[in-house]
Amino acid sequence: MDPLHLKKLNAERRTRRAVMLVTDLGDGRDRIVREGDVVGGALGEAIGETFRSGRSGSVEVEGRTFFLNVHIPHPRLVVIGAVHISQALAPMAKLAGFDMEIIDPRTAFASKERFPDVPLFAEWPEVVLKDRPLDTYTALAAVTHDPKIDDFALKAALETGCFYVGALGSRKTHASRGERLAAMGVGAEAIARIHSPIGLNIGAASPAEIAVAVLAQIIQALRSRGMAETKGEAA
Amino acid sequence: METNAYLDESRDPLAIAERWMSDGKEVAIATVVETWGSAPRPVGSHLVIDADGNFEGSVSGGCVEGAVIAEATDVIESGKPRMLEFGVADETAWRVGLSCGGRIKVYVERVG
Repeated sequence: MDPLHLKKLNAERRTRRAVMLVTDLGDGRDRIVREGDVVGGALGEAIGETFRSGRSGSVEVEGRTFFLNVHIPHPRLVVIGAVHISQALAPMAKLAGFDMEIIDPRTAFASKERFPDVPLFAEWPEVVLKDRPLDTYTALAAVTHDPKIDDFALKAALETGCFYVGALGSRKTHASRGERLAAMGVGAEAIARIHSPIGLNIGAASPAEIAVAVLAQIIQALRSRGMAETKGEAA
Repeated sequence: METNAYLDESRDPLAIAERWMSDGKEVAIATVVETWGSAPRPVGSHLVIDADGNFEGSVSGGCVEGAVIAEATDVIESGKPRMLEFGVADETAWRVGLSCGGRIKVYVERVG
């Protein structure tokens, strides 16, 4: 392995970016591929698929065997709002392998008693996100219903390119949210990325059911990363 | 040591390999590239070895590490990567004892 590639690989991993070491098992030569780098042909397709699935493995291309070792940052889930849905979502997200944290400045909601097992920040998103910035391997779900709390976080998530951005609220609520975000300088395309009403449409009624719908939608977004963009380029 | 919230610098095999490199040590990296049956460590797992036989990480539940480390010493000397295979049908595996019943393929290469 090229020592420079080892350094590059670790540097990418330290900054929570998805990266892959592609090794030709025939001659031992390797290269670093970052998510989004353009690699053509059958190898490129296999690389794209491996980034999406997150599972390392070998691939044969034109009689050569390549080992694709993919390093995907552990997905995080930042929930704005220490509400009933978040209480149900916390254990589910943990089971599904997400590092979840909750931000809500309302101390009556954000209490250790209500959330014993999840990192909880009883502060404004503006304050918390400064120390714990969002990134592309973070999902953000805003569920307070309060623009004062949700809007800043949504704007930050869209600007960062979080792989999932969702917001609780009816279509009507979301329409006025869109107007507020536009007034804050967020583009129409970015606003269209917000999943709202939040969650897959499974007819969820109770807070726990809504949590299932939200988590399913987050997983869908995580496992289909980059696919919509590829389609867009081809068209 | 530099601290990072997302990479456990003291435990991560690739971070350790990088540190050993910058300390001027010769290093080999072993990687699980294929598994069949009930293999204890998933594809992509690493064991890193230096020329003195120090090692960190794992490619199995401890069953075949000894054999991999011995091979790694040769790989460090020759610079030529090697593909090792361990399984229950394999005489070596009986000797080193991959007791889980699975089979694994481990690629060993020198850094640099």
